[in-house]
Amino acid sequence: MPTSTDPNKTKALGSRAREARRGPPLAWVGWTFLIVLGAGTLVYIASKAWSDPTLFLQNLLDGLKLGFVYALIALGYTMVYGIVKLINFAHGDVFMVGAFTSFYAVSRFSLHKWPQAVFPSMAPGLSIVIGSLTVILLSMAVCVILAVTIERVAYKPLRDAPRIAALITAIGVSFFLEFFGALPFVFSGRFIPYQSPFPTTAWYIQDGIHPIVSGQASPDNTISFSNIFLIIAAASILVQLLLQFIVKRTKIGIAMRAASYDKSTARLMGINVDRVISFTFAVGAAFAGLGGVLYAIAYSSIWTQLGILPGLKAFVAAVLGGIGSIPGAFVGALIMGQAEAMTMSYISTPMRDAVAFTILILVLLVKPTGLFGEPSGEKA
Amino acid sequence: MELGYLFGTVLKMMALLAWIYGLLWGLAREKLWEKALTIVLAFAVIQGAMLFNVGDFSLFSAFDQGLLYQAITMTMVALGLNLIYGFNGQFSLAQWGFYGIGAYTAADITYRWTSGDASGLVVVGLGVILGAAALFGVSRLLRLKRGVPVLSAFTFYLIALVVVGVVSVFLGGEISAALSPLFGTAGAPGPLASPAALQVVFFFSVVFAGAFAAEVSFLFGLPVLSLGSDYFGIATLGFAIVVKTLLVNSDTILPFKEMKGGRGMIGIPKLTSWSWAFVFLVLVIILVRNFVRSSTGRATLAVREDEIAARAMGIDVAGNKLQAFVVGSFVAGIGGAIYAHFMGFLSPASFDFIAGFNPLIIVVFGGLGSMTGTIAAAFGWIFFLEGFLRVLLGQMGTDAPTWRFVLYPIALLLLMLVRPQGLLGTVEWGFFKAKATSKRHKAAGEGSAPESAKAGD
Repeated sequence: MPTSTDPNKTKALGSRAREARRGPPLAWVGWTFLIVLGAGTLVYIASKAWSDPTLFLQNLLDGLKLGFVYALIALGYTMVYGIVKLINFAHGDVFMVGAFTSFYAVSRFSLHKWPQAVFPSMAPGLSIVIGSLTVILLSMAVCVILAVTIERVAYKPLRDAPRIAALITAIGVSFFLEFFGALPFVFSGRFIPYQSPFPTTAWYIQDGIHPIVSGQASPDNTISFSNIFLIIAAASILVQLLLQFIVKRTKIGIAMRAASYDKSTARLMGINVDRVISFTFAVGAAFAGLGGVLYAIAYSSIWTQLGILPGLKAFVAAVLGGIGSIPGAFVGALIMGQAEAMTMSYISTPMRDAVAFTILILVLLVKPTGLFGEPSGEKA
Repeated sequence: MELGYLFGTVLKMMALLAWIYGLLWGLAREKLWEKALTIVLAFAVIQGAMLFNVGDFSLFSAFDQGLLYQAITMTMVALGLNLIYGFNGQFSLAQWGFYGIGAYTAADITYRWTSGDASGLVVVGLGVILGAAALFGVSRLLRLKRGVPVLSAFTFYLIALVVVGVVSVFLGGEISAALSPLFGTAGAPGPLASPAALQVVFFFSVVFAGAFAAEVSFLFGLPVLSLGSDYFGIATLGFAIVVKTLLVNSDTILPFKEMKGGRGMIGIPKLTSWSWAFVFLVLVIILVRNFVRSSTGRATLAVREDEIAARAMGIDVAGNKLQAFVVGSFVAGIGGAIYAHFMGFLSPASFDFIAGFNPLIIVVFGGLGSMTGTIAAAFGWIFFLEGFLRVLLGQMGTDAPTWRFVLYPIALLLLMLVRPQGLLGTVEWGFFKAKATSKRHKAAGEGSAPESAKAGD
């Protein structure tokens, strides 16, 4: 937004200073427009919430579930963008690969049953937990290897090329993963039903929490949630805390911040910037892999283009929160999830993407650095 | 057969490249009659090739003609994108959305016309003309106050366009109701139902489709162009996604029953002939070339090179970006209109944002800021990927066509690694060259060489 309130001190101060204090002319029109829009939305949602509070709360929970998954993906975007200033389009596809890895591990190789097979005397609950964790860790490892390979092969040679070359490369990598995955001997291009490594249970809230018997619908006018929701929420929050710790307290985190601030100076200070960048990709990919597994479990169907839209939404969330900021990505993702869930329920399902991008544009117009972003002039 | 086909396609691609070279060379001549002769000859060569049928053998089969029309629409879209991205440096992914808007607008106009309903033409025409007037008027009013924030300006434009929309729907309904007797009945068609009238309507539908896309792009670009490059890219990607969503739900969310939503719009009259396609192609080439070579175009280049320096030179950076964006979208809308009337069928699936990367890749392949490269890459892209590779892989099995989407990202990656400036770099042919060959400049030496050398970025 061009701020024309540049205080031009050499000119006559009187009227100009007054003008500067009043801000740009006609600014109230834009603000009125925004306020009317925002108030209208709020009133609309509030009236809906008033007429059916349980539906509203259910939407809130669904939005949280989406938001927590987006938060997991958004971290990778925001970290990578913070350091190499690249929209890593392939990140969404790394997420997809994570989902597929766990699918093969569970459905084809029954990896989640290994504790049961090796230690038959183990308590069934513990063996399920260990088995599922193994599957998740395997997916994360595969994603890390994939992302680091992509970074080394495709992005590293272009580090000094114009930024657009790297962006086009990212798009190319993304397409390659999607369509290579769609080949019949890889993943195939069909929708594949996903088998969860652990049993899912759901509960409904009505004068206390009751489990839903499988095969039965929950009673009307109740809020239901599942253990997957709890796991996603817990994982997402844990990852945020872990990442905060890594970035703020560890040596590699300090190196990451230094590299994102100024690469060449960081190099002069003895930081191996290439390794830091690889590490950033690896961390982002690990969380994307985790997100992929949880997303696949929650929505129980996977295909090779699964990663595109969640990836984009997660990037939008990262931008919304202020790109480069980790808490920003988290908050942005939660906002995104809510916006999407509310739109799906109250306006119409197809319009959810439209609402997501409209929110992005409005927020950027009002605060060009995003909600938590640090102001940084774009270099020409 | 395969070898023969392979050889034939390669020959055809080379012949088309030579044809483009000739067209551009001829258009660059000084005298007007030479340019006119070039256009007529260029038209006649392809027209002749299309008519050349000996028994089973046809030089330009129906399949090839389809490819040619696709290449022409792709050329238009990519030329528009090159203007926005190559010459002005704004990384836009919305081009495919404007292409879709143009296609559906034009298709709706002619579809309604052929079913005896003038409302499409009248409403869109009124809306486009009044909308342009309203935008112009508001921009004049806003110029009275300096430094109006983007959001406020956007609000004014939005209100103006909403009012215009309501007025033109109301007025257009009245006018088209008055016109409907002129269509006559099926037994006794009136003057408006004649084929000649349909051709005129087609021309206007294409122009209006472009103008409509341009006005939408104005309203969208005004706030979004101020966001900064990467955010602008994401916002435009969002625009493309939203357009596709709206097209999928055009019969439920939008009130257009005849577009049939995700099932696809059928029954569009196939009005795109070689004459129309060629006329619009030449018009678009001239428009884009003259835009780039005008003073506005030089300002556009300056904005790409350095915004701060451009501002210091007195260039209205925001306005200049908007101009390039609107012209580029106008061209995309025209391309969409041509496409719709050649296919006769529109499906929202073909306006998916994933397909929207194609023009971007074409522009990058051909070389950013090289119009020749864009045209050559668009023709090469369509004839190679849609024609050659599809047929070749199609003969190898049912799964093989997926391979072309595996192969082309690899080609893209290799290109980015080996030659990031595009295949043709900044090479320009004939008409697109800066006027270094005129006598005055010749005496002064290679006048424009530094400019073309610098355009590589």
